[in-house]
Amino acid sequence: MTDHATPITPVIFEERADQIHVTGPATGAGETGAASAFDLACNRPSLAGAVSQRACTFCGSRVVLYPIADALHLVHGPIGCAAYTWDIRGAMSSGPELHRLSFSTDLQERDVIFGGETKLYKALVELIDRHQPKAAFVYSTCIVGIIGDDIQAVCKKVSEEKSLPVLPVQSEGFKGNKRAGYEAACKAMAQLAGTADVSDVSPLSINILGDFNLAGEIWVIRDYYERMGLQVVATITGDGRVDAIRRCHGAALNLVQCNGATQPFAKLMQEKYGQPYLRVSYFGIEDMAQALYDVAEFFKDKDPAIMDRARAIVAEEVGALLPKLREFRRDLEGKKAAIYVGGAFKAFSLIKAFRHLGMQVALVGSQTGTKEDYEELAAICDPGTIIVDDSNPLELSAFIKEKDVDIFVGGVKERPIAYKLGIGFCDHNHERKECLEGFVGMYNFALEVHRTVTSPVWRFMPRRAAKAAAIANCTEATI
Amino acid sequence: MSDATTLERTPKGPTMKTTSPDFVSTTNACKLCTPLGASIVFRGIEDAIPFLHGSQGCATYMRRYIISHFREPMDIASSSLGEKQAIYGGGPNLKQGILNVMKKYEAKMVGIATTCLTETIGDDVAMLLHEFKQEFGDLELPDLVHVSTPSYSGSHMEGFQAAVKAVCDQMPLPVTAENPRHAGVNLLPGFVSPEDIRNAKDIFERFNLPVTILPDYSETLDGEILDDYQKLPPGGTPRTSLKAMGAARATVEFGATLHPDQSGAAVLQDKFGVPAHRLPTPIGLRASDAFFHTLQEIAGQPMPLRYARERGRYLDALVDGHKYISGKRAVVYGEEELVVGLTGLLAEIGIIPVLVASGGNSGLLKEKIAAVCGDLLRELPDVRPNIDFFEIEHETKALQPDLILGNSKGHRIARDAGAPLVRVGFPIHDRFGAARMPHLFYTGTQSLFDRIVNAIIEKRQADNPLGWSYV
Repeated sequence: MTDHATPITPVIFEERADQIHVTGPATGAGETGAASAFDLACNRPSLAGAVSQRACTFCGSRVVLYPIADALHLVHGPIGCAAYTWDIRGAMSSGPELHRLSFSTDLQERDVIFGGETKLYKALVELIDRHQPKAAFVYSTCIVGIIGDDIQAVCKKVSEEKSLPVLPVQSEGFKGNKRAGYEAACKAMAQLAGTADVSDVSPLSINILGDFNLAGEIWVIRDYYERMGLQVVATITGDGRVDAIRRCHGAALNLVQCNGATQPFAKLMQEKYGQPYLRVSYFGIEDMAQALYDVAEFFKDKDPAIMDRARAIVAEEVGALLPKLREFRRDLEGKKAAIYVGGAFKAFSLIKAFRHLGMQVALVGSQTGTKEDYEELAAICDPGTIIVDDSNPLELSAFIKEKDVDIFVGGVKERPIAYKLGIGFCDHNHERKECLEGFVGMYNFALEVHRTVTSPVWRFMPRRAAKAAAIANCTEATI
Repeated sequence: MSDATTLERTPKGPTMKTTSPDFVSTTNACKLCTPLGASIVFRGIEDAIPFLHGSQGCATYMRRYIISHFREPMDIASSSLGEKQAIYGGGPNLKQGILNVMKKYEAKMVGIATTCLTETIGDDVAMLLHEFKQEFGDLELPDLVHVSTPSYSGSHMEGFQAAVKAVCDQMPLPVTAENPRHAGVNLLPGFVSPEDIRNAKDIFERFNLPVTILPDYSETLDGEILDDYQKLPPGGTPRTSLKAMGAARATVEFGATLHPDQSGAAVLQDKFGVPAHRLPTPIGLRASDAFFHTLQEIAGQPMPLRYARERGRYLDALVDGHKYISGKRAVVYGEEELVVGLTGLLAEIGIIPVLVASGGNSGLLKEKIAAVCGDLLRELPDVRPNIDFFEIEHETKALQPDLILGNSKGHRIARDAGAPLVRVGFPIHDRFGAARMPHLFYTGTQSLFDRIVNAIIEKRQADNPLGWSYV
């Protein structure tokens, strides 16, 4: 296709105009999206009736804590909140799998009228007796916030009676967006840290934060760091264990991926224990390599050979990867992608990953990005890229059409938007079944992109077929 | 409510009460919450958008859940209440949200379902909508239907039925000269698949009966791919037809487990004088016979040859297939209405249902199960309403069934039990094609029968060292 003549980015909801931005001077962003000086509005409540792709505070907390495999995760509320989050994400565990069960107090009308504290108490006791967890998290939902159950008091009581940590998570859905839920989860989890002996923790040690071990990803990352000679004290929260979190304060360094979800925890740990943290990403080649080099740099005084080991890993892995990527690139060169993900941080890595495949990102957005995230995005995106915060199906479908992309990267809620428009799709959300982290993850990502973009089915889809016909007619007319 | 009384069991199934009947918590619920059912109903109406009055998460979670089953866009709007609105009331957000879906989605009807949040803070939706109509009376307003669906009361099925009933109550116009009695029939099929709805349309057409099916998501949740993205998917029950429902010749409603006070057909009868024919969901031979018998009565014409032949072919298949399945033992779980139909089918074909489980709790399940299979079985199955998957798992381990019927949520139970799982119901999000799966009438029953027989054969073949290629 030839270049479009100054596309007009549609503003669908006037109230949201300042949450949309088009990079660069090429497109006259001032008329349509945000003002040309970069100032994207974000972290504000979703617009009523706009069909936001966002979930709620509870969702944020549940995402962060759920992979802790030997804890009891009890949702205090009506059945829906627990039912919709039952084992929806493939967070793998190398041992116990208590996290894959969905526990609910299943509040009924009478509980709402008379209060749910007694039921919560009974539920906690019966479930702790049945499952013998290492700790229990109690998630507060919308209704609990309204009826005013004192879940702190119930948790304290059960904790004393059963001699295990029972931690309230203040995740009432209406309290804010997903980001507020991350904060609530991190606060709850921080109560576990610092409660176990760390005398055997090596000075060369790390915690891996912000990875949820989807498709076994954290095992890939853990292996790299162990090959560098580091002790991994706690993985937070993928393949997570209560006892490991209790001693995570003993590690020399926290590595934080997916900054929205666990950065509050890293900050709390820094304040309380002076534990430093680094932000990393394990997606794509550069960021994965950087995640190893940065850590080696941090430990090089204690272990001068660590950088060589990091370099050796990168050389070995990338050496094997690049020829395979070149194969994919032959088919993918010049194709266009759209990205809409939960946290903006992941988008940085994805943009770079697409460049390795010869592809250009034309639309990028997130549910919960911060101002800093979006500024950074604007800086690395090509001119004319649409950047959007807290979007919705009407906007996303309009943007995708405007940019005429070949693939949409998102989650299950974005999938039908892509498919109804007749374009490829890659699930990069928590429900993915493919390991997309590490160098092997870059290969899997490229493979998935290649498989969907090069599928023959698209050519039969009406939108593409109509366009092909239009081009054919146009050519005829020109001739 | 714990309803732990067990009926007699088959001799093969050892009784093992592994779970405590006085547990107050639910583990791995065999139900979903009320607004989900209401959202699906509103998705089945022409140019309508489901709208949840509550916090943003509810809509998003349900969208995700429904999308994973139907593999179709499922936009559910939300009034996105925050902390402030939870304290001071959600009225302004509700109104703003309706305006937005009116303008941007060009919705001609907004189906508003409440959530536990807005029910508990005490938002009076009827009053808020009345205010809205007065405030914005100068605009061309969509039809506004509202239903109370607090998630702490009932399951998604109660939500589904409540939404159907609300539409039957709020949409039809009084019978007048402008809205005269007509020869059409209303069909309230309950929560069935898009394929079932399509088949129902064909049947009514062959009986020469104009039909209004509520809800009709046969296209909206199983649509074509078009040359552009549709804000609202085409299809759904025409709104003009909904307005004429009160003037119809009759209403046919499927719902063996539906109380009269949940019945849309009863509303249409009481309010508009439309005769109600309330039937069990036509799964299995006898339930399908009852349905076709009713249609013959309403239409005043004999069975079209096509369906007589479908029935005949099904009987022929019963004979051909009976030996593969006779005496096999099955566990069935899912929505109450579905398990009643499936249990009847199993009993008719010679499979012994040993456990019939549902997260629903209508209070009618035992009676209805006895009604569909009491004359065919020596002993009734263990019927367990208000049960969760944790208990189903324990019971299944003890019962060692040959076959399990239910939705995707029992996959791990079936795998651990070494029994094939025939996927029926909602959600089916670990297999492809749920929307195109028929269950009702002779053809749907035939399809279920074929799938059941093949599941048993497949297991036997896979387990057989010889690996024979003839069965």
